[in-house]
Amino acid sequence: MIDVNRRGEVWVFAEQHGGLLEDTPIELMSKGRHLADILGVGLGAVLLGDNVKALAAKLIHYGADKVYLAEHPLLEHYQANSYAKVFYDLIHKYKPQIVVYGATAVGRDLGPRIASVTKAGLTADCTDLQIGDHKTTDGQTHKNLLFQIRPAFGGNIIATIINYDRWPQMATIREGVMVMATPDTKRKGQVITEKVELSPQELPIEILEEHTRAKKVDLKAARIIVAGGAGLGSKENFRLIWDLANCLGGAPAATRAAIDLGFIDHDHQVGQTGTTVRPSLYIAVGISGAIQHQSGMSQSQKIVAINNDPQAPIFDVAHYKIVGDLNEVVPRMIKAIKEKGFKETSSAESK
Amino acid sequence: MTVVYNCVVLVKQVPDTKRITGKAMNDDGTVNRAALPAIFNPEDLNALEAALDIKDRFGGTVTVITMGLPAAVTTLKDALYRGADEAILVTDARCAASDTLATSYILSCAVKRIKYDIVLCGRQAIDGDTAQVGPQLAEKLGIPQITYVEKPVEIEGRTITAQRNAGNGWQKVKAQLPVLLTVTGQANVPRVAAAKKMMKYKAAMTPAGIEQTLKAENAAATPDEIKSLAAHKAGELEKKGVLIKQWNLDFLKADLTWCGRNGSPTKVHRIQSVVLASKETKSIEPTDDGLSGMIHELLEDKIIA
Repeated sequence: MIDVNRRGEVWVFAEQHGGLLEDTPIELMSKGRHLADILGVGLGAVLLGDNVKALAAKLIHYGADKVYLAEHPLLEHYQANSYAKVFYDLIHKYKPQIVVYGATAVGRDLGPRIASVTKAGLTADCTDLQIGDHKTTDGQTHKNLLFQIRPAFGGNIIATIINYDRWPQMATIREGVMVMATPDTKRKGQVITEKVELSPQELPIEILEEHTRAKKVDLKAARIIVAGGAGLGSKENFRLIWDLANCLGGAPAATRAAIDLGFIDHDHQVGQTGTTVRPSLYIAVGISGAIQHQSGMSQSQKIVAINNDPQAPIFDVAHYKIVGDLNEVVPRMIKAIKEKGFKETSSAESK
Repeated sequence: MTVVYNCVVLVKQVPDTKRITGKAMNDDGTVNRAALPAIFNPEDLNALEAALDIKDRFGGTVTVITMGLPAAVTTLKDALYRGADEAILVTDARCAASDTLATSYILSCAVKRIKYDIVLCGRQAIDGDTAQVGPQLAEKLGIPQITYVEKPVEIEGRTITAQRNAGNGWQKVKAQLPVLLTVTGQANVPRVAAAKKMMKYKAAMTPAGIEQTLKAENAAATPDEIKSLAAHKAGELEKKGVLIKQWNLDFLKADLTWCGRNGSPTKVHRIQSVVLASKETKSIEPTDDGLSGMIHELLEDKIIA
C-alpha cells in the first residue's frame, strides 16, 4: 500500500510499440502537465521497453519534467506480468500521487494488474480529469484530489470518482478525449535510467504471432466527418454518406446501430464504444442521437444534423438543425457544395 | 492418460443499460435499478460458452460463480440451464459498495476454494464497462491473464493457445495452465438453454432461497421449525444435485479489510445525469436556398475550405 503523498509527481504511462509512441500517451501528457501545474509538482513519463531511449526527448517536448526509463530485452514486447512488476517497483520507489494510462488494449490490461498489486484505486475509461476537494460524510475535507470523471451505466450518467486514503490515484483515459499539445522542441528535462531485473519466469505468455490491422479510416485526424445512422435504412442507401463525405473531403462515420446493421465497417464507429472525435465539422445524417453517440461527437466545433423527426435528441447538440427527409436533403446539400466550387475527392472509397 | 480441465466462470447479473429510459433515472441523477430488467452480462455468456466448449472437447467441469444479491440466483440458474455443472452464489451484505479491487479480492477467495485449471470472465460488464475485475483477479490468484480472447482456444496437455484482440490487431499467445481468460463477444455464439437441463434445474435454489420460500409458505411456523424444514429441503435438493451453494465472507475466511466499502479505494464523489450541452441551434430549411446559405456560412467561418 502506498500512503498519501502530497508531494508526489503526476505520472503518465508512455505506451510504445516497436519503438513508436502511441498517440494516447502524448494526449495524456498535456492533461498530465495541466494537473501537475495545478498541484505544483513534476510530471513524469514512464517509458518501458527495449532500446526506446530515443523516445524520451519527445516525451519531454510534450511536457515531461522527468522520463523514467526502464530498458530490458525482456521488455521489448508488452506483457502484463513483466510490465506490471517493473512499473510497480517504480511506483513503490518514487511514490507518485497520480498515475494515468491510456485506456488502450494495453492500458486496460496493465492498469488493473498494477492496481491489484498496489491495492490502489483505478478508474476505468475516464473522459476527463480535474483537481478538486472532497468532503466526506464525517465532515473531513480532502484537498486537491484527482477527480476521475467517466460515463457510467451505458453513458447515461457521469460519475466523478476519487480516492483519498490509498494512493496513487490511478485512472485509464479514453483514447482521443484529451487534446494533444504542440511540442516544444526546446524543452529540457531529465532522463532517469532505472535498473531492471527480470527473469524469463516473469514472462508467462509467449507471443506466437502478431498481426496489426491498419485502421480503414483515421477518424481522430479527420477535419470533416459525415456520419450516418440507422435512419439510412440500408447499406445501399449508406452510399449517400460516402458521397457527401467525398465531396467535402471528409471521412465517413457511423453510429453503433448502423454498424450493427452492417452498413459500414466497425472502424468507422463514433461514440462511447467507438472513437471519440472533435472535427471542425460533424454532419449527422439519420442519427437520432443516443447519449452513447453524443458522448463521442458533441465536442465537434460545428454540428449539422439532418433528421425527419424534429424531436430527435441529436438536435440538442446541433448548431444547424435540418428537419427533412435525408434522401432529399443530402443530394441537395451535395449540389449546394458543388456549386461553391468543391471538387470531389476519391480518397474515400465505398466498399 | 486423458486430460480434463476444470473451468471456473465468473458471471455477473447486470441492469440492462441498453434499455435505460428516462424513467430509469432518478431526479438526483442516480440510476433507479428497480426500473431496469436484470440480465446475464452479455460477455459473461461468451465466457460461459468458452468454458462449455472446453468441456465438450476435452472433458472436465464447469463451475459458475457470481457475487451479488440473492436475486442473482436467476443468472446462476440460467448458467445451469445452458450446461454448467455447478453454481455458487457469493452473497453477503458486507460485499456492498465493493469496487473492482474489493470485488476481485472476494472472488479470489471463492475461486481459491475450487480446483481449477482455467478461470474465465467476460471482457467487461455493461453496467461499469471497466474490464478490471479479470486482470485484478488474475493478479490475486497469481496466475497469468490472457485478456480479450476472440476465438475458441486450443489446449494441449497443460499448454493453452489463444487468439486475443490486441487493439490495433490480434495476437496468438501461448501460456501454461492455470490461466485466466477474459472473453469478448466475438469469441463464440453462446448456446441457449437446453430443455432437459431446464427440467432438472428448475427447482434449483440456494439455502437462503429455500428459507425465504418456506417462510412465505408457513407463516405460522417458528424460526426453529423453518430452520429444520429448510435443512431437510436443502438435503433433498443436494441429493438431486440441484442445490446452489451459497457462500458468505465468513465461509470464505475473507479479510474484511479488503471487502466492501472499506476495501474499496475508489469512492464516488458525485453522480450527474448527462446534461446535453445546450447550444444555439439554427434551423435550416431543407431547400436549395436554405442549404446553400448554410454552406456559405460554413465557408465564411472557415469550417470547411
